Amino acid sequence: MGAGPAGISAACILAENGVDTLVLERGEFPGAKNISGGVLYGNDLASILPDFEQRKAPIERNIVDSRIWYLSDQGGYSLSYKDEVFEDKRKYNVFTVGRAKFDRWFAKQAEEKGALVVSNTVVEDLHRDENGKVCGVKTDRPEGELEADVVLLADGINSPLAAKTGFRTDNEPEQVALGVKEIIELPRDLINERFNVEESDGVTIEILGSVTAGMNGVGALYTNKDSLSLVIGANVADFRESKKKPYELIEDFKKHPMVAKLIQGGTSWEYMAHWLPEGGFKHIPKLYGDGYLIAGDSGMLFNALHREGSNMAMISGKRAAETILESRRSGSYREDSLSAYVDKLWDSFVFKDLKKYKKFPEFMQKHSEIFNVLPELGGYAAREMLSVDSVPKKTKQRAIWKEIKSRIPRWKLFKLAWDAWRSVK
Amino acid sequence: MSVSVEDKLFLNRYQVDEDSHIRILNQDICLQECENQECLYICPANVYQLEGDRIGVHYEGCLECGTCRIGCPHLNIEWRFPRGGFGVRHKFG
Repeated sequence: MGAGPAGISAACILAENGVDTLVLERGEFPGAKNISGGVLYGNDLASILPDFEQRKAPIERNIVDSRIWYLSDQGGYSLSYKDEVFEDKRKYNVFTVGRAKFDRWFAKQAEEKGALVVSNTVVEDLHRDENGKVCGVKTDRPEGELEADVVLLADGINSPLAAKTGFRTDNEPEQVALGVKEIIELPRDLINERFNVEESDGVTIEILGSVTAGMNGVGALYTNKDSLSLVIGANVADFRESKKKPYELIEDFKKHPMVAKLIQGGTSWEYMAHWLPEGGFKHIPKLYGDGYLIAGDSGMLFNALHREGSNMAMISGKRAAETILESRRSGSYREDSLSAYVDKLWDSFVFKDLKKYKKFPEFMQKHSEIFNVLPELGGYAAREMLSVDSVPKKTKQRAIWKEIKSRIPRWKLFKLAWDAWRSVK
Repeated sequence: MSVSVEDKLFLNRYQVDEDSHIRILNQDICLQECENQECLYICPANVYQLEGDRIGVHYEGCLECGTCRIGCPHLNIEWRFPRGGFGVRHKFG
């Protein structure tokens, strides 16, 4: 179920091993409903399609420069890491894509390997046999009942089916972030010039600070060939509490002086919204049972700190497919056989990374000062220290410390640093 | 600040179904029991609008994120996927 990176990756592996594979997609074509911040990862894609370059994957730009911004209202700190290794030896380590185009291409590759991809089809329910094992699906097509040995739920983070099946509960507001995204068209030469890159190379900017209006969230600006992806999102519980409208948040974001200069003269071309799974390791549901497996966003497999999700989707889809192949040889698709899936996820970076950062979602939720007081104080401190105005530095430093202490207790700063370390160590 | 979300939605491509995929289960709850009416501000497509003594559902512009479904404190919104092939259709994604 679902022609996203998890479902298609699984379909590629299954089809090339001779398994009759059907991919059901609710959109008009694979990718029609899909969206991400906009980066994908070559190493993991190559583990499914080693020749993705020859197969002409629709890549926008190869990322050679990764930037992080921490913004106050008027300005901000900027950190950039650029490395030639990402131009040749580790080319396509990270690259930008438009998912409408990319997923369509990806699904074509699965079809070439023998999978059948059927679009325009919503799965409304699962069928179970007399023992409760999943044995097929009910679609919204006339006579749309389908039988299957095993069903892979790669239906994404927002799936009303999840609650209906009981395999996982519907998401709580604290467990997901709502991201809104705009595609802003800009001439290619102008992008190259503004971001200081060559024709096919690109930049990612991850943006934290006051731009999320005090909410636990993050923004991003990525370069595509002839457009920019501008993304901003925050925890749904925070949106609910702050009453900030998502479309106003992205409009404010566009007006930040550091963002405004980069998107200046661009034309908005598309506006989208999607959830990011932010529950982390503690909220991963049981990913297998009699006759079914769960992969990708649907299984909460998302690393919020490193904004990695589509790679986890691809690899979990691949591992699910390998599990299905083994179960096929043993002749049983029951829970005890499919449980090997979780062992495979433990063998891979997927569970290892998610476990490492299991305290991170909590950390971000608990320390709202990262999004309100700290960016302000950081901006104030830098502005004062950098202003050359005959005031002795010691005097400035005293004033800055006084301001910091009046706004945030010292123990809270230590707690912040300590919790930050513990959440990522 | 007032931002026209309609201008943003106008950029998108939709295949609009005749029937809504979103339904408010009980309007009385919205007007009598719901203090903040979260749906009116939490939806990125401004689908929910106060129209006199009821909340109107402009499902045509829905971006299919699901936020209203879990954001409604009374879980008073029934939200299903649009029929196969209908709803928003990303151009770039």
